[in-house]
Amino acid sequence: MSQVIDDDPRIIEFDVRTDEMLVNMGPQHPSTHGVLRLVLRTDGEVVSEVEPHIGYLHRCAEKIGENISARQFIPYTDRMDYLAGMNMNLGWSLAVEKLMRLQVTEKARHLRVLIAELGRIASHLVGMGAYGLDLGTFSPFLYAFREREKILNLFEEACGARLTYSYITVGGLTADLPPGWLGRCEAFLNEFEPIIREYHALLTTNAIFVKRTGGIGVLSPEMAINYGCSGPVLRGSGVDQDMRRDGEPIYTAMYDGYAFEVAVMKDGTYPRDRAYPAVPADAVLGDCWHRFFVRMLEVVQSMELIRQAIDRYSACTGSLGEPVKIAEKIPAGDVYLETECPKGQMGFYLIGNGTPKPWRVRARSSSFSNLSVLPELCHGCLIADVPAIVGSLDIVMGEIDR
Amino acid sequence: MAEYLIQTMGLPGWLTWSLLAVLSAVLILNLMAGGALVFIWAERKVSARIQDRLGPTRTGGRFGWLQSLADGIKLLAKEDLMPERADKMLFRVAPYVSFCASFAAFIGLPFAFDMVALRLNVGVFYVVAVLGLEVFGVILAGYASASKWSLFGAMREAAQVVSYEVPLGMCIVVPVMLAGTMDLVTIAEKQSGWFTNWYLFHDPFTFVVFWVYTTCAVASVNRAPFDLAEAESELVAGFHTEYSGLRWSFFYMAEYSSMFLVSGLAAILFLGGWNGPVPIASLLGLSEGSGESTGAFVRLLGLANFLGKATLGVLFMMWIRWTLPRLRIDQVMTTCLKYCTPIAAVMFAGAMTWLWVFPGGC
Repeated sequence: MSQVIDDDPRIIEFDVRTDEMLVNMGPQHPSTHGVLRLVLRTDGEVVSEVEPHIGYLHRCAEKIGENISARQFIPYTDRMDYLAGMNMNLGWSLAVEKLMRLQVTEKARHLRVLIAELGRIASHLVGMGAYGLDLGTFSPFLYAFREREKILNLFEEACGARLTYSYITVGGLTADLPPGWLGRCEAFLNEFEPIIREYHALLTTNAIFVKRTGGIGVLSPEMAINYGCSGPVLRGSGVDQDMRRDGEPIYTAMYDGYAFEVAVMKDGTYPRDRAYPAVPADAVLGDCWHRFFVRMLEVVQSMELIRQAIDRYSACTGSLGEPVKIAEKIPAGDVYLETECPKGQMGFYLIGNGTPKPWRVRARSSSFSNLSVLPELCHGCLIADVPAIVGSLDIVMGEIDR
Repeated sequence: MAEYLIQTMGLPGWLTWSLLAVLSAVLILNLMAGGALVFIWAERKVSARIQDRLGPTRTGGRFGWLQSLADGIKLLAKEDLMPERADKMLFRVAPYVSFCASFAAFIGLPFAFDMVALRLNVGVFYVVAVLGLEVFGVILAGYASASKWSLFGAMREAAQVVSYEVPLGMCIVVPVMLAGTMDLVTIAEKQSGWFTNWYLFHDPFTFVVFWVYTTCAVASVNRAPFDLAEAESELVAGFHTEYSGLRWSFFYMAEYSSMFLVSGLAAILFLGGWNGPVPIASLLGLSEGSGESTGAFVRLLGLANFLGKATLGVLFMMWIRWTLPRLRIDQVMTTCLKYCTPIAAVMFAGAMTWLWVFPGGC
């Protein structure tokens, strides 16, 4: 019976519709930031559903952490968010120090701030450059890498590695800075500061860039909080939260005495939008443009923190302190600590049982939570918006899959 | 030349014409292939300099000038892959359709006075019509690849190129109207003299039309920021995702020669063709007709002028490609239908009025 109705020409005529298509984006797609796989359900160019599939980079880091000592786990944290290894080292070190009730020396504290903020700049530069790539402009990517290369040179001088540093470690840092390093760091900052304007000209205020990002993937503050988003994704939605200011005492103590404003839109303005471009009319709070802009502001903020840290570090007279022994026993008890990594709040949870090896290690990835809003953001967007939204979340698969 | 061969060599007419046709085809094919190689190399160097890199430096000694050739050899040696579910025949045919469309359009394009393979009295019409065929190759490639990404690219190309031909055609009609002919050689000849005689500076309307033409030309040859059909970050590589080796290089060559073609067309329609900004030849009292050797000299000068202008156009396209982000498909269509088409139409009407008010120029 239904066959007859379906074949009725009147129904066919008024029931012409296009078929939905199931497209697989990734894990070898050029703009999925590594090995993310997205299954898109599309009607022509319009995406109706996005389903992220993860796990292509899973390396059992957490389980490995239960079989090695707490300090030996540091190199594994490097490989989580491999674009901000320093910040990952710091997160784990602080968590272990919290469990061991260790306090690093004043000099180590300032050096940690200095290094972590440099790492933040390096990470945001990649995020910014890769975002340009997602939107089809290649040059900003290379400009960003040119500057990042200079930061990596500084890191290489300090610890010998360019990507997986293991520099910040439990109880301090593995080595002090080589002579002349601070001068070179300052030279870099002076060189880098005027260049930021060029990035704004190429991306932030570019008409096509604003058209591609303004009003796209709007994430409301409520949804951002409900999904556990953090970092620039959360602040891009106008939620004023930064672990460096609102975190646990052991972490905020590190930034004691440092002056910085959290990069978040308050009453319609950003703290520093005097010197930097005004918010374009097309941009809506919580869209891709705001997430991107928050990152750009944090680069400036980090530069100011670095300048302060350089002063404080060079004023310190004491020693850097010694890191704990490789097989140092960690006390029984459990501890959870979140730090503000460039991508968001990275949490480490560990349970000690009196042996050098933690009994349990867990990592709470910011990229994971940030990625989880993707299906919500991609309802009814166009295919071209999917890379734009994924890029604005600035995810790193190494951290999501661990 | 045909008359010369027939009269002095005593060759039969049909043989002469066939010989000349083969000669022209070989010349154009080589020019196109050679030009594409040069432009591919130039794109590498230009993009590298824009991005603070060096680009190729070693292949062929200084400046890596043999890089494109080396790439070509690499592409020849590459494994020829075809997706299992591809429509085999169409998959093979598609690159040649694109390439031939691009190649055939050159037949009507004059490079200097009398330096045209076939002088057509509907030259503009022919070039634009044949160039429009290139889109068939892309659609075929996208369809035959049996890949969803390729199909997306093909459908985007179809929508985009077909839409942009409307404002493109309107822009082209303006110089045609001013010259009163569709013959490209005559259009260029009418702009001889100082650069103020160029149609770009004919009246305010043509000046605007030129920029609309530039936008539409960039869009119709699929260059950034309108490279939607191969949008790398969205569609992997768009319509040529499944292509490799020599077949892929045919698409590549077609892209670069189309770029040259639309730039050359812009040079003839708006920038005086082979007439330089300063009429050096006529200041010196030379002309195309004055004697064998001086005539050849003047023609070569014209050729240099024309190639220079067209190359500048290509470099301009490279410059914007490495500077701007890509538009989204709906924005591309909006740009065409809401901005380019109405502006072109108004400018067309404006130029028409101007011609009516100042019939002899102002």
